Amino acid sequence: MKKVWFKPSGHREAIVASFDQAASSLMYEGIRRNIEELQYDTIVSGTVYGTLLNFKGALAKMGESTYQEPYNKPPQAPILYIKPRNTLTSHHQPIPLPKDVDQLQIGPTLGVVIGRTASRVKKHEAHHYITGYTIANDVTVPHDSVFRPAVKHRARDGFCPIGPWIVEKESLDSPDHLSIRAWVNGKLVLENTTKNLLRSVGELLEDVTEFMTLRKGDTLLVGVPEEAPLVKANDVVRIHIDGVGLLENTIIHEFEVSQKGSDRS
Amino acid sequence: MKRARVVFAGAIHEATPFDGKLRLSSGRLVKEDLVTWLPPFEPQTAFALGLNYADHASELSFNAPDEPLVFLKGPNTFVGHKGETERPEDVTFMHYECELAVIIGKTARNVKKEDAYDYVAGYTIANDYAFRDYLENYYRPNLRVKNRDYCTPLGPWFVDRDDIKDPMDLKLRTYVNGELTQEGSTKNMIFGIPQLIEYLSSFMTLSTGDVILTGTPKGTVNVNVGDEVITEIEGLGQLSNTIINRT
Repeated sequence: MKKVWFKPSGHREAIVASFDQAASSLMYEGIRRNIEELQYDTIVSGTVYGTLLNFKGALAKMGESTYQEPYNKPPQAPILYIKPRNTLTSHHQPIPLPKDVDQLQIGPTLGVVIGRTASRVKKHEAHHYITGYTIANDVTVPHDSVFRPAVKHRARDGFCPIGPWIVEKESLDSPDHLSIRAWVNGKLVLENTTKNLLRSVGELLEDVTEFMTLRKGDTLLVGVPEEAPLVKANDVVRIHIDGVGLLENTIIHEFEVSQKGSDRS
Repeated sequence: MKRARVVFAGAIHEATPFDGKLRLSSGRLVKEDLVTWLPPFEPQTAFALGLNYADHASELSFNAPDEPLVFLKGPNTFVGHKGETERPEDVTFMHYECELAVIIGKTARNVKKEDAYDYVAGYTIANDYAFRDYLENYYRPNLRVKNRDYCTPLGPWFVDRDDIKDPMDLKLRTYVNGELTQEGSTKNMIFGIPQLIEYLSSFMTLSTGDVILTGTPKGTVNVNVGDEVITEIEGLGQLSNTIINRT
């Protein structure tokens, strides 16, 4: 049993529950519920920051191009971007497929949820600043060039399912050897581990908080593994991270998504 | 109407200018130098434009973009009027950027440029500092350059939309230690306010409290520790900031 925080649909505050992975259940307020019976609101409250090229394989895939125009040299500092509030959604919410594109790239990743103001943190003390972990699907419109910020690719409505809950940090031995897997329509399409991060969770927190403060409730996504698959309308995407949980969403044509689904703030 | 958010005597107040003083929402009058200024509203999603004035783009040896060059900022980066911004010791080039900030007033999706001003609540001044030493060519400009703590002064006032007759014809000026170093006009934006709202809302939903920093004209020079930087926009006032050392 793991302690988690989640927000049942309609509740104003997050509530504490026990997550039983083997039984696929959440126990709260004395009741055991199957995790698929529940409806979840977005659990994160602060700013969600994504990290580009933080899997060794993702950087390796760029090959020699990092030495060529327009990049000229490999990245030195963490490359970050923001997943703004219009992108945030939760378990089982549709991911809208915009009318101007026919494929999306999914982005299975671990979210590190900050528990207190983190500025100039050292990697060996990083865990003091973390509340827990969650799962995110950092969806993007596929783009090859990473020269300019990709707001139009990454910041579409509903492009960051996250949750369904935050699992407390104490329930994981370490965030640095978690297996991440993703299935599309039941077929395993991605398998990787946070062992392959270029900057481990602690190193990433150190290098990010060197230049910007993270606040309680902010979430830092550690990066998307290489070969993240492309998906199309009606595909069901399921992401699993060991010890953290699972996150499932379906790609739905934008025009089929109700106003409620696309206009969350 | 214009209003500020200030800290006075241990509490946050809304304040309006009155006879050279500030009038708190309770009606009490206080001297300006007794308050601490906060950003005049709490920015939600914050967009900023790169290279949105042709003269500034050529100053940086870039061609004007075909599509708006947009990046996002987090809440950690904002600081109020009369605030302080740190200059790291290893930096050789830190420059200010005087920018018109456009505050969104209601949910906006697929807005046509003809209707764009219906979605604007008001305006303020932003100073979007940049640290050129930290530029790298990945998602450029990245957060290490543009999202450092307290590196985006905002204020002093939230000025209602209808108080500004033509936001696309405002003089912008920057003074460093009293000397005029930057001068331009919002007339010279490549993508104006209506186009930017049309562009952004064409692919994402904008909401109340979102803000667009619309870019800066030519005249960005290096500033040093101890410098007082005043960014000014016609009709919106003057936003002051002091550069301090980061140790």
